[in-house]
Amino acid sequence: MVTEPDPTPSADPDALVRLVGVSKSFPGVRANDEVSIDLFRGRVHCLLGENGAGKSTLISVLAGLQRPDSGAVLVAGTPVVLGSPRDSLGHGIGVVSQHSALIPSMTVLENLMLGGGGFWLDPARARRRFAELAELLGAEIDPDAVAGGLALGQQQQVEIAKALWAGPALLVLDEPTSMLPPHAVDALLACVRRLRGERIAVLFVTHKLAEALEIGDEVTVLRGGRVVDRISPRELRASDVAIVRRRILASMFGERAVADAPPGSAPARAPLSADAPVVLRVHDLTTGRAGAVTPGTPVSGICLDIRAGEILGVAGIDGHGQRHLAEAIAGQLVPESGRIELRVAAERALPTEAAEAPEPGAADSGSPTRDITRLPVKARQRLGVRYVTDDRLHEGIVGSLSVALNLVLKRIGERPFWRFGRLQRQAVQREAEARIAEYDIRTPSAQTPAGRLSGGNIQRLLLARELAHHPSVVVFHKPTVGLDLGAVAHVRDAIREFAGTGGAVLLISSDLDELVDLADRIAVLSHGRLVGEVPGKTSDPLGATGVNGDIGAADRNGRGDARSIAERVGALMVGAA
Amino acid sequence: MSPLLSEAFLTAFVVAVIASMVPLMLAALGETVGEQSGVLNLGIEGLLLVGGYFGFVVALATGSFWLGFLAGTVAGVALSAILAVLSVLFGLGQIVVGIGITLLGTGLSSVLYETSYATTKPRLGSAGAFTVPFLSDIPVIGPGLFAQHGMFGVSLLLSVLTSIWLYRTTGGLRLRAAGQRPASLDLAGGSVALTRSLAVLFGGAMSGAGGAYLALVSAGTFTPGMTHGLGFLAIVVAMLARGRIVWVVLASLGYGVLVALGTVLQFTGLNVSNDVITMAPFVVVMIVLCAFGRRSALPAALATPYVRGDR
Amino acid sequence: MRGPRDAIEVLVRTVAPIVLALATAGLVMWAMGVDPLRFYGDVIALGIGGNGWQRTLTAMAPLLLVALGLIIAFRARLWNLGYGGTYVLAAAVVAGTAPGIMGALPFGLGVAVLCLLAAAVGVALGLLPALLKARFGTNEIITSLMMSFIAISLANMLVKGPFQDPGVTVPQTRVLDLAYMLPYIPGTRVHVGVLIALAIVLLFHFILTRSSFGLKVDVLGASAKAAAHAGINVRSLIVAVLLLSSGTIALAAAVDMLGLWGHMRTNWNPGYGDKILPFVFLARQNPLGSIPLVAVYAVLATGGTIAAQQVGLSVDFLLIVVALILLFMTVIELLGRRRDLGASYLGAARSGTGRAS
Repeated sequence: MVTEPDPTPSADPDALVRLVGVSKSFPGVRANDEVSIDLFRGRVHCLLGENGAGKSTLISVLAGLQRPDSGAVLVAGTPVVLGSPRDSLGHGIGVVSQHSALIPSMTVLENLMLGGGGFWLDPARARRRFAELAELLGAEIDPDAVAGGLALGQQQQVEIAKALWAGPALLVLDEPTSMLPPHAVDALLACVRRLRGERIAVLFVTHKLAEALEIGDEVTVLRGGRVVDRISPRELRASDVAIVRRRILASMFGERAVADAPPGSAPARAPLSADAPVVLRVHDLTTGRAGAVTPGTPVSGICLDIRAGEILGVAGIDGHGQRHLAEAIAGQLVPESGRIELRVAAERALPTEAAEAPEPGAADSGSPTRDITRLPVKARQRLGVRYVTDDRLHEGIVGSLSVALNLVLKRIGERPFWRFGRLQRQAVQREAEARIAEYDIRTPSAQTPAGRLSGGNIQRLLLARELAHHPSVVVFHKPTVGLDLGAVAHVRDAIREFAGTGGAVLLISSDLDELVDLADRIAVLSHGRLVGEVPGKTSDPLGATGVNGDIGAADRNGRGDARSIAERVGALMVGAA
Repeated sequence: MSPLLSEAFLTAFVVAVIASMVPLMLAALGETVGEQSGVLNLGIEGLLLVGGYFGFVVALATGSFWLGFLAGTVAGVALSAILAVLSVLFGLGQIVVGIGITLLGTGLSSVLYETSYATTKPRLGSAGAFTVPFLSDIPVIGPGLFAQHGMFGVSLLLSVLTSIWLYRTTGGLRLRAAGQRPASLDLAGGSVALTRSLAVLFGGAMSGAGGAYLALVSAGTFTPGMTHGLGFLAIVVAMLARGRIVWVVLASLGYGVLVALGTVLQFTGLNVSNDVITMAPFVVVMIVLCAFGRRSALPAALATPYVRGDR
Repeated sequence: MRGPRDAIEVLVRTVAPIVLALATAGLVMWAMGVDPLRFYGDVIALGIGGNGWQRTLTAMAPLLLVALGLIIAFRARLWNLGYGGTYVLAAAVVAGTAPGIMGALPFGLGVAVLCLLAAAVGVALGLLPALLKARFGTNEIITSLMMSFIAISLANMLVKGPFQDPGVTVPQTRVLDLAYMLPYIPGTRVHVGVLIALAIVLLFHFILTRSSFGLKVDVLGASAKAAAHAGINVRSLIVAVLLLSSGTIALAAAVDMLGLWGHMRTNWNPGYGDKILPFVFLARQNPLGSIPLVAVYAVLATGGTIAAQQVGLSVDFLLIVVALILLFMTVIELLGRRRDLGASYLGAARSGTGRAS
């Protein structure tokens, strides 16, 4: 039922901007493969695709940030070279990227005037122009407010105003609704319609089908870097919505779409047994800004429990306290107040317990609970707390050191790898070879500098280091970000497997699909606070079906379940924003 | 009435304050612009010395102080071009290149001076004063402030213009953006490399001019290594002023008063050692750093080379 | 592990900046009317020939320790630039107290006490920058430089004040009796300080490249975040490294004073740190590797000083040469950047579990 797309769209002389056969490869990935798209004045063109389908690369090409390996970009019929953002702006292409490009320390007006011309800053004129654009956008923003202090929706409106500042002919919006509350999404869509009325061409990039169908005049679907489907305005108008939706879903997810499970997910895990003990308990955790080496938003009043075998997901928009939460549990950040308690397995408790007496009353017979709030990283590690960081390259590994040394990096100076300060080569080599084999780390040798490995193999190295030697709690911070699909599946399997053997997992992620796929419960972090919790797929089905009735819910049972969870989480994420 | 408070003495005090203040102010002004654009220039010490030497040579040869200042400025620009090329365009370590420039400037000015003037040790005549009518007739302040070499006025004017440029023009805004978030400037169609290069060259010009002022007006001659760490003080002043020119001027004024006070105290027979006077500014800076060190907010992208695509 | 091509590349990268700098400096000399070939010939003749090698070895004693002090800090990517003042103040304290201490104590004990005293001066000067860096992240470049200028003034005050030799009019310390100075290595005019320095360099070579402490320093140098992540106590390591660095540089002053000079005058500053800095980078912060490079500079310094005087060139000519080495070094780094993860001179390159086994 999926029609084969034309190799090139019909060469329409009216096209404002044409991408013709654009290809772009990165080491190991063909991000764009012969992608051709025509964009017209007064039309909203939706570009649909999953994460990793190649949308971001295509936008980078349009923004002048990446040069295609082959293919051409034509503006008004003339081939142009987009070698820098300046070139793109010069050809009337305004891009609003997914990640904020505002300078947080400057005011809205200053951010907007950055793209303006003229020798003197003209705040009066900028104010008038901003008032014009604000009306078009339906925004109510104080132009003298500091950009970093605005709500995310407002920041995005400023970004759009910035892209429209010089009056571009084409506006590119990259996942514009991903961080907006529902009413702001409506406002944005209304705004896009007004822009269409102003004869502006809009490229609306999204992975949300409903939005695409609501706003798009035409649709292009990307999968694995290739154009897999095109729906012309005529087809879109003529067809029934349900048929179009099924067609797009089929092309976005391929054959997997007809299967019960969503892409990349294993069969749902069995529900937790009710008597699984709480392994990690965080009570009223608050971190501070003063003197902290860790940048980012502090967290306050965090309370959470993780039971043995449980995966607790933490959702949230980047920069809302995720780093502080992860580092406070790992021991890299000393909290200002609150308690972190760990249920210590009996065999661990014995050798290390001598230093501190267990909390009276908190201990049960076999497995005492220990207050680890003030313990340094190494002591927590010994007790079984591990942390897989999101900054693999600069925090997780030391690129200039060998794979072998990186595998024992958290045990420097400890036996059996060191004795009296001297490295024990055989012991390190044995450990390295065992881990490399067990976790299938693809490296020329144990002595290869870790920085030369691919992203996926670096993540395997980190998993090998953190999951070996029987941890009890592992914090995963965005464990699949930036990885290719194969590596993503491997990491998710490893997380599932660890939980399957009774490990407690805190999974911090900004990828909702990942959380829905893996987590037993999903807590939502916003502005450093936990604002709510949504039961995951494995939980009591009554809890998960509370919110329903969405367009996608009827399609497939498994997907609909996941969708409603995702929507509830999403609503919590943006509700406070 | 004590001779200390005589009109002539107070006038000399004001003159001494300005003599110490201007070189630091100019160098810190240039360093401020560099730091705001995201470049830490550790070569100021060398730039001051090269500016001082070439300013001195040209002023001695032509008899014109203005040509001397021009020569010092050009020398500063030329030497700082090394930093612009190596660190800004090629992204090489700003710290290493900065130290290299300090060593090169120190060595070059010393070797050239020793070769040509070691035996004669020539001195320049007194600087011609630019007298402001009427104002210069005010007691103490008049001859102190309004009968200075014209470069004093030019320096103040440069400070005002720099402040206006940084905060009132598109170019200034773009420069600050390069120091805060170069990627944003890039996306807005600006050139990070060009912006930072020009900022470094401006810093070189200001340090060169400051060095020339030190040699021509403050000392009346050039001596190798005459800066004694003034360039590093300028870096600290720029760091603590965080882009606000008025603080650069006030800190330089404070430095001038401190040095002049030390000189005054020596006249009183209190027998304050010269070393204490030399040391005082550095001690003050350390105290300030201890007190405010935790809040010294530098431009977010300082000393970080910009590579498109890196986040 | 390392192929012969890598070895050749390392050699080229080490030698090329020196050759390019000497060539450029030669052009400058030629422009100033000095024959560069004869000059460099004289440098080698005077630095190695005759008794030159003995002067060179003597000069190496403090240089080795200053280089080591810089290596310790730079491996952790901590820019301790306070070496100038640290050296001068320690030298002043040793010169001022040596006549009294050596007169009162047995020789070996006296030397040990003076070495400890010097190291204590270094530690005292390094403490404030170290604590500010560890506690608040205050830029150590600035604080160590400020402490350096304070230390230079303090040294002058000491030499003019409590340590001044009342017997002479120029401000200088009492000259240490030859009997109290470090003895010569038998058969030479080279004091044993150079052996002490070599022993300390070798000791630290093993500590820095083979021990767990050295690995922690390297991890901190690669990324403070990675160090914190690996459970290293970053704050105390920063303090330890900076104090060790300052202490070693101060120790260089003790060896130099007790071995070569025996007294100190005001405003005396040999500027060892500035001049040895490029060679520390060329040695890639490897203590063992720094030994031949320090020797190269020592030849240049001892031979060059006399050769410069002969042709009427300022001794500060050496500053130009070392500055050029530093700048050419960065240029050479640029040429091989893609293959070396961007830091061929700065990164403590440890491809294996240790060095080649």
